[in-house]
Amino acid sequence: MLEYKMPSLGADMESGFLREWHVKPGDRIRKGDIIAEVETQKGIIEIEVFEEGIIGELLVNLDEQVPVGRSMATILTEEEAASGKAIPAAGVKAPIPETAAQAVPAEEGAQRAEGPAIPEHAPESHHIRASPLAKRVAAEKGIDIATVHGTGPEGAITRDDVEHAIAAQAAPAKAAREAKEEAPAKPAIPKEKTPTPATIPDTKAEVASPSIPEPAAPIPTAKASASADTIRMAVAAAMGKSNREIPHYYLETKIDMSKALAWLSETNKQRPVKERLLPAALLIKAVAKALNDIPELNATWENGLQRKELINVGYVVALRTGGIMVPTIHETDTKTLDEIMQALNDLIPRARALRLRSSELADSTITVTSLGEAGVEVVYGVIYPPQVALVGFGGITEQPWSENGMLTVRPILTATLAADHRASDGSTGSKFLTAIKNYLQQPDKL
Amino acid sequence: MNLNPDQVKKLLSQMLLIRRFEEKAAEMYTKEKIRGFLHLYIGEEAVAVGVLQALQPDDNVMCTYREHGHALVRGMEPGVIMAEMYGKLEGCSRGRGGSMHLFDAKTKFYGGNAIVAGHLAMAVGLGLADKKLQRNQITCCFFGEGAMAEGAFHEAMNLAALWQVPVLFVCENNLYAMGTALRYTHAQQDLEKKGAAYGIASSSVDGMDLMAVMQAANEAVDSIRQTGQPHFLVCNTYRFRAHSMFDAELYREKKEVEEWKQRDPITSFKELLLQQKMLNDEDYQAIEKQVQQEVEQAVAFAESCSFEPVEELLKYTYSEKAN
Amino acid sequence: MAGNLITYRECIKQAIREALLADERVFMMGEDVGHYGGAFAVSKNLLQEFGPERIMDTPLSEAGFVGAGIGAALGGMRPIVEIMTVNFSLLALDQIANNAATLLHMSGGQFNVPLVIRMSTGIGRQLAAQHSHSWEPLFAHLPGLRILSAGTHEDARHMLAPALADPDPVIIFEYTSLLNMEKELPEDLTGVDIQKAKVRREGKDISIFTYGTGVYKSLTAAEELAQAGIEVEVVDLRVLRPLDEETIVASVTKTNRAFVVEDASKSVSVSSEVSARIMERCFYELDAPVQRLCGAEVPIPYPKHLEDASVPQPAQIVSAIKTLLQHA
Repeated sequence: MLEYKMPSLGADMESGFLREWHVKPGDRIRKGDIIAEVETQKGIIEIEVFEEGIIGELLVNLDEQVPVGRSMATILTEEEAASGKAIPAAGVKAPIPETAAQAVPAEEGAQRAEGPAIPEHAPESHHIRASPLAKRVAAEKGIDIATVHGTGPEGAITRDDVEHAIAAQAAPAKAAREAKEEAPAKPAIPKEKTPTPATIPDTKAEVASPSIPEPAAPIPTAKASASADTIRMAVAAAMGKSNREIPHYYLETKIDMSKALAWLSETNKQRPVKERLLPAALLIKAVAKALNDIPELNATWENGLQRKELINVGYVVALRTGGIMVPTIHETDTKTLDEIMQALNDLIPRARALRLRSSELADSTITVTSLGEAGVEVVYGVIYPPQVALVGFGGITEQPWSENGMLTVRPILTATLAADHRASDGSTGSKFLTAIKNYLQQPDKL
Repeated sequence: MNLNPDQVKKLLSQMLLIRRFEEKAAEMYTKEKIRGFLHLYIGEEAVAVGVLQALQPDDNVMCTYREHGHALVRGMEPGVIMAEMYGKLEGCSRGRGGSMHLFDAKTKFYGGNAIVAGHLAMAVGLGLADKKLQRNQITCCFFGEGAMAEGAFHEAMNLAALWQVPVLFVCENNLYAMGTALRYTHAQQDLEKKGAAYGIASSSVDGMDLMAVMQAANEAVDSIRQTGQPHFLVCNTYRFRAHSMFDAELYREKKEVEEWKQRDPITSFKELLLQQKMLNDEDYQAIEKQVQQEVEQAVAFAESCSFEPVEELLKYTYSEKAN
Repeated sequence: MAGNLITYRECIKQAIREALLADERVFMMGEDVGHYGGAFAVSKNLLQEFGPERIMDTPLSEAGFVGAGIGAALGGMRPIVEIMTVNFSLLALDQIANNAATLLHMSGGQFNVPLVIRMSTGIGRQLAAQHSHSWEPLFAHLPGLRILSAGTHEDARHMLAPALADPDPVIIFEYTSLLNMEKELPEDLTGVDIQKAKVRREGKDISIFTYGTGVYKSLTAAEELAQAGIEVEVVDLRVLRPLDEETIVASVTKTNRAFVVEDASKSVSVSSEVSARIMERCFYELDAPVQRLCGAEVPIPYPKHLEDASVPQPAQIVSAIKTLLQHA
């Protein structure tokens, strides 16, 4: 048995009204016969049949509206018609499937009609006029954009405004102005060894300590840009937290720098002044390579030890006006000595001018401080939370040195490690310092 | 024109193939296998068969959106055409054209053009290229009488005559431009005169009579090949079915349709052959059976084909070969 | 260096001549291109040099000869069809939109249309409403076409060859107001990339995206802004379809500010499109809202002062950018 269904005569035809049957049950039909007349929006159309057989039952009444695809009649084979039992009224009068269009629930359709999902903004940014870039940078750096003063079109906050706010958290505008002056640096550091262990840093003993407050303890920014106290407050907050929370342990080793200095001197001979390498580049690279070997120290402590994938060494820059900045040398282990030197040449003056980008201030995974130029021999640092280690380098001094049973005088550098005892133990720290020492014995391989 | 029994059977079977193929297409349309517009050629078969037999394989063919018959006669596979109407990947235009846009490079079949008269100027251009490249080819361009009211027809005629390009313009005058009769659309209903007005050799013929169409087409094609100049041929014919599927045919009397059906080109040619003892009933049944089989195979093929993955949506907007 | 100066008109002519010499299949047709020497004297003497088979005068019959160009391209030729000005192009729009742009696709990749259509475009000669159209956006709307805008002498000279080498239909917009302008042409340049936009001037503070007559205007404005310490990057979009999104994104990512300049009227324009793409691709790079300076929403009037006021001028670009950058 076949069903004759309301034919589709056009993509825009959804249904038709049955106006006339041209057949009745029992009629023999042939392909191409007109079976009925159906009225559509375009008028009455004769509909034809594409099968052969005998009309079983007519399922649609005159003037009924019939959706496309709905059964209108049954068509029987000769055998079915002869058997007489093939007019199964119940079967064909079963509920008729609706067309696809009708089957879509109204609500679902309404939902689809809505526009694309719009990412939600933090509620507080809703009424703030800021450029998308400014908002993005602020979000990345954990700056509350509501506290940033806008200088862009119609008072909108621009990226520069956000960058200034970030810098202002680290240093006052006054400092920036003074930094531009050519006044010679006056190291406020005693020539003698700094006392051990270091405690909370103070301005006179410029102990390595990072300048950026952690996001959890934001410094008020609204007035910050004008206040010389801001940077001091930031250092105070971070170091206070470090000293309260981090159980520091300290290790120290002396490193013979004769090979390193000889290599540097040889290398620099062939270079113009601008491209010459300083020992700091070697020290930073040695630290980065040592971290590759002892990754436990390239980490943060935030609800447990979080090892960091990238080795980003932060390098402490002392500001001439007091205070410090710690620019980051990203992916230090992958950089050549030249690249590290270039980074330092770029970062140090900008740090002193308070012109660092926020990403250069926030991504460090370990901190290195070198106070050699200031004249001290040994540095005991305070870790910048949430980092777990800080490496301090003193100045290189000529010292008696015994080697192979012979005593001689060598340029000696004292390296110290301040490490978080929650994150590592002395043996790890010891391996790390030893690794630094070994790398500095093979300067050509750094 | 001398036709042997094999040739006449082929002509008859070509006309019958168009008829049965399109009947099946109509069926598949009502079953929603074929969508979009579907314009049937039923009733006009003698024109496509009669004109196209005069062409060589190298010649170009351009048609309207009522082109299934031409595509079949030109030698495109029925299955590939049906697959195209199904929107399948294996269709002649990878399913991207559908019923109105059959294309085939192998048989130099340039569509399937569905803006009335829009392809006439392109036919002039194809002729121009042949002329410039000194290829001994002609371009055969079919259109309906509705196209002759378009500006594009007149521009194309003028250029064809001006540039003397080897193009055969075939007007399939089926008396209705969509649903409006000739008398309501043309001030000058003697259509042949419109070609002549441009200085183009023009003729007209009874499009329901296969032999007459063949005769006229052969003469026209011979003249184009000899002179390199265009020809305008009007074939007066009639479509038995509606303009497209969704058409209540309010614009013409059933009686008129029935009268024209008395002049069915297939029945007429079959009767002629029976009468002339070129064909017997058995032969005819064999042809019917053969054609039916081809149509069934075409449907089976189309059903078995696949749809192009939607990831390939953007293909063929620009050529893939980089320059 | 006066010896190296060349007019925009001569650039176009040299390009056509070079194309005709390079490939026998190339021919040019259009209204008045032959005996008259070109409505703008672009093809002067080419008929004498190449003969009537290669430089074909056509009747005033845009639909006819553009359609014939498409057919000839299908038939193996490489036609250059000149539509005298864009103002007449709508007479051929069906051929362009329904045939040239669609045949490759409709035929499932079987029939490509290697056709080049050139049209003179734009405002600037007091020709009033029907002869001053900037309709690049209209054509840039159509998938299947490559739409080029020759806003510089360099492109007028070197876009045609790659356009003819393209397997698909290409429309080149040329600018009547530039025809007599003389510029130096880099001698070593042999071709231009018709896939890519072109950065005409590097800058870091703001990007101007423009095309056509906007290119020289923007470069003039950029020069003046540089005096004020504003470094403007000028990007000549030049390929209006398919739009070179990557160059746009790269420039916005660099400068964080975008400014779009065009002669076409603002609504539903190339600048609308560029602006929307910037929103889609680089919203979070933007440090200021995208701004536009476009043609006025008016049929172009005849009097000079009103005509000038209908399209962006360099001074307006300068002042709009200063405002955007909050420049004192």
